[in-house]
Amino acid sequence: MDSELITVTIDGKEVKVIPGTTVLEAARTAGIHIPTLCHHDDLCSEALYQQTASTPHQGEHSHQHEESAMLSTPSSCRICLVEVEGLPRLHASCALPIHNAMTVRTTSTAIRHARRDILELMMSEHYGDCFACARNGTCELQKLCADYGVTSERFGRPHEPLFEKSAPGNIIVRDQNKCILCRRCVRMCALYQGVYALTTEGRGDHSRIATFMGKEMKDAACINCGQCINRCPTGALTERDDTESVWHAIEDPDKMVVIQTAPAPRAAIGEMFGCEPGTPLTFQMNTALRRVGFDKVFDTNFSADLTIMEEGSELISRLYKALVLKDNTAALPQFTSCSPGWIKFIEHFYPQYLPNLSSAKSPQQMMGAVLKTYFAEKNGWDPSKIVSVSLMPCTAKKFESARPEMDASGYRDVDYALTTRELGRMFKQAGIELPKLDKSPFDDPFGTPTGSGVIFGATGGVMEAALRTVLEIVTGEKIESLFDHADIKPVRGFDGVRMAEVTIGKVGPVPEILSHLVPDFEWLKGVTVRVGLAHGTVNAIRVMKDIEEGGPLSKCHFIEFMACPGGCLGGGGQPIPTDREIRAARAKAIYSEDATYVVRKSHENEDVLRIYREFFKEGPCSHKSHELLHTHYKERV
Amino acid sequence: MDAQQTLRTEVEQLVRVHGRTRTALMPILQDLNRAHSYISEDAMLAVSDALNVPRAEVYGVATFYSYFSVKPRGTYVIRICRTISCAKQGEYHPAIAALFDELEIGMGETTSDGMFTIEQTNCIGMCDQGPAMMVNEIPHIKLTEASVRSILNEYRHAALAAKKAQ
Repeated sequence: MDSELITVTIDGKEVKVIPGTTVLEAARTAGIHIPTLCHHDDLCSEALYQQTASTPHQGEHSHQHEESAMLSTPSSCRICLVEVEGLPRLHASCALPIHNAMTVRTTSTAIRHARRDILELMMSEHYGDCFACARNGTCELQKLCADYGVTSERFGRPHEPLFEKSAPGNIIVRDQNKCILCRRCVRMCALYQGVYALTTEGRGDHSRIATFMGKEMKDAACINCGQCINRCPTGALTERDDTESVWHAIEDPDKMVVIQTAPAPRAAIGEMFGCEPGTPLTFQMNTALRRVGFDKVFDTNFSADLTIMEEGSELISRLYKALVLKDNTAALPQFTSCSPGWIKFIEHFYPQYLPNLSSAKSPQQMMGAVLKTYFAEKNGWDPSKIVSVSLMPCTAKKFESARPEMDASGYRDVDYALTTRELGRMFKQAGIELPKLDKSPFDDPFGTPTGSGVIFGATGGVMEAALRTVLEIVTGEKIESLFDHADIKPVRGFDGVRMAEVTIGKVGPVPEILSHLVPDFEWLKGVTVRVGLAHGTVNAIRVMKDIEEGGPLSKCHFIEFMACPGGCLGGGGQPIPTDREIRAARAKAIYSEDATYVVRKSHENEDVLRIYREFFKEGPCSHKSHELLHTHYKERV
Repeated sequence: MDAQQTLRTEVEQLVRVHGRTRTALMPILQDLNRAHSYISEDAMLAVSDALNVPRAEVYGVATFYSYFSVKPRGTYVIRICRTISCAKQGEYHPAIAALFDELEIGMGETTSDGMFTIEQTNCIGMCDQGPAMMVNEIPHIKLTEASVRSILNEYRHAALAAKKAQ
């Protein structure tokens, strides 16, 4: 093996690399930092290879994008220039593969000057002031300008905008005046999400990033996942800012402003306050939210558990219909419906599979519906005066909350969906140093912290929570007898597509809460329940293809789909930057939080059981729960 | 059959000629551009579906090449050479001025009858015979005020004859 390696010397340091490794990658291995604006760690060949890794079909994943010219770094920014001994001129290290021994310098007067020239040229087409930009302080271009001492406008600056900003109504907001044409957004959208909403329009100095026919993002086949925002080096891509509306509601003495917080932001918001990725600030955040002025602070974990009850019951009744009643209207595999990016994805690209989607609303929407009905009734609040806010790791949640059908109670389930980044800004505006605050609990009646809800934030989490509940209900035995500590490890991990199966040995009696759905569980005895998982919608495409071809995933009973790489913890509304290590750290925080909770199964959440007793009465998937907790989908072009 | 259906049928015929692969994208777009003077939104959607190439990518390719257009153009696209030796004949050469005068349109515009569009092009390889222009894919050289007017009339007659033949 060793003889195949090539030795390169970078800044006097020797590194051995396999042939074809780029100088940039080799420098990273040697711990030498070369700045980049178009290269992103999530978009290097190694990361692309890993993100389509899969358990069921080891080895076949490299073919996925073989045809796509988007695989390679476009080398458009030229910031990563280096000197190679014996070669004239400077070379972009991201596009310089190593085939022979070479000696490289990553810093010299020529390199520093060239990088500064490039930055100044970028600024010559960059309209807008840093202080008025959403990325002020987190902008990669701004940072490099500071690092390289760009102090003058040698090549001038535009004094008028060169492009119009996005029209109102867009959730993904574009400002092409800030765009440096790095194409990270185009490649992210294509290679991780398989959506291809963005492309490069035109050529040469007429190039610009555009959608099909130059449509606004809201009119394009875009799923609002926001992965483009998380990779954008500048302020060219941001989400719609709803913070002013929320501040306004908080200031209004006539309104009761309540907020629910999803699990993924807790594991990430600390990054905006200088904490290491994976620092959980769940309970400090509760204190901060109260200080900001929210009247109640609720845990989305409650409605995540509610989702498991509804979605799990729906699965049991679909299985019963399909396996026992031979009713072929019960579409299997059942698909999860919590990720609004995935929902819009299937509505655009695989509408023939809409019957497979669980009709259960996402936890965000369930919480909203319950707040303006059950909670309002119980506390004597006028639902018309409740402003329901959610904290989500997600930009697509803004679209979901605005779906016209999400108002079965007569009121909007959720009025404003904030991203982690937006809430972090609100805290800063309020002078709150989040990590220094004392802890405080969530408000009742949804205050029981549960592990099953927390893990919704990671890929595989919904499936794990569903299995903990469904298997325990069906077998009548503690899940710990099948999986140590109720950790269902086979569904965890970061492989793009995963599969797992569990054979049901013995069955127990049907609990009362499900007695309206099935007479007994005898028909499940000896049945092997097969589940699948995919995250990053490009992996959803692989699952759908496999299903169409009658492959192993078509034999699954239940498949979890998450639009974003890593699941919600890698959501498009999470703090910037992101990469595989940051996402892994956030996942670790989520699973360790799960491990510390006493209640780790949705059907053991006392608050959930109470709402079925007091409010839904007839159990999951009954008339009233259908009205408030379930929804429908539609085909989109 | 509505317009969209007609286009889909047309694209399917082109797929039979050029194949249902990604590499067929260019020849199919070329044929569509030739037949309609531009590639419409519906045409790009039809190509995207037929070849299973994302619509944004089809759009990216169609906008990359200046001989393609995604906006309607005249039946005859006139491209005036602007490269140095043609330009040296004089930017306001009487022949070129006659063109604008005869068609009563400016650069980048299309006549109201939808027959002619005037654009600029880089070198078409007629450097020793300028001023030169192309009408669709036919070069016309050593242009004079009189030749420009007679060339335009020839195309008008051709269009009329084609219309009658239908």
